[in-house]
Amino acid sequence: MASPLQLCVRRTPASGVPAVATQVHVRMPSEVECIEQTVSLVTRHCLAGTVPTDRLRFRLQVALAEALANAVMRGNQEETGKTVLVDADLFPDCIRVQVTDEGAGFDPTQVPDPVLPEQIADTCGRGLFLIRKLVDEVHFNEQGNSICMTLRRR
Amino acid sequence: MAFHQTKDAGGVVVVRVEGQLIVGNRQELKDLIGAALDRGERKFLIDFGRTGYIDSSGLGALVSLSKRVRELGGELRLSGLNEDLRSLFELTKLDTLFAIADTPEQALANF
Repeated sequence: MASPLQLCVRRTPASGVPAVATQVHVRMPSEVECIEQTVSLVTRHCLAGTVPTDRLRFRLQVALAEALANAVMRGNQEETGKTVLVDADLFPDCIRVQVTDEGAGFDPTQVPDPVLPEQIADTCGRGLFLIRKLVDEVHFNEQGNSICMTLRRR
Repeated sequence: MAFHQTKDAGGVVVVRVEGQLIVGNRQELKDLIGAALDRGERKFLIDFGRTGYIDSSGLGALVSLSKRVRELGGELRLSGLNEDLRSLFELTKLDTLFAIADTPEQALANF
C-alpha cells in the first residue's frame, strides 16, 4: 500500500544564518493511524547525518507525537480532507519543527496544569505540558493552530 | 508495535509493550486488559523493557486502566522503564500513582 504521507527534503541556504539548513516538509492526513509513521519519518530525517543522543531522539519523538496528536484530534477533529503540515528546519546546533493544522486554533495559556493535585489522576491533558518540558523553546502562531518547537542538539 | 500477554506462576497477567504506547494503539491495550478483567484476572504487570516511547494518550490509558483495576479490587504495576520513559512519569508526577519496579522480576517477586 502506498504511504499516505507526502515528503519533501531539500538543502538550502537558510536566510540570515551562516549555516546551511536542511528543510523537511511532510503532509499527513488527519488520521491517528498515521502519527507513528510520521514521527518515525520526520525523526529519521531530522537526525540523519548526525550522532544524536538517545535523549535527543526521545525528546523529538515524544514532542512530535504530542504535537501531531493535538493537530489531528483537536485541531482537525480527524476530519477527512484536512491535513497536517510538518515543517522542520535543521541546523547544526538545533532542530526547529513546526506542526500546523487546519483547525480554528486554541489559546495555549488556557490549558490547565496537569500536575496540580486535583489534575494528576486525570486521563488526559498532559500533551502540551510534556512538549513544554521536553523541548527548549515553544511558540504558537496568533491563531493557535501552529506550534513551533526548537530542540538544541546537545 | 505489539502487546505480548503471558501469565506467570503466581497468576499475574504480564503485558509487554513492544514499540510505542501512543494514541494509535492505546485502545488495544485497554481492550486487552479489559478482556482479562472480564475473565476474572485481577493482578497485572505492564512491562516497558522493549518500549521506545509513550505519549500522553498512553499515559492517560495507564491511569484509566489503573483506576479500573483498583475499582475491581485488583492491582496494576509497571516495570522496565528506562531513564527517558521514567522521566515522563516523574515530570507528570504519575510516578506517585503507580508502583514502578526496575525489572519485571522485581515487580513479580512480592505481587
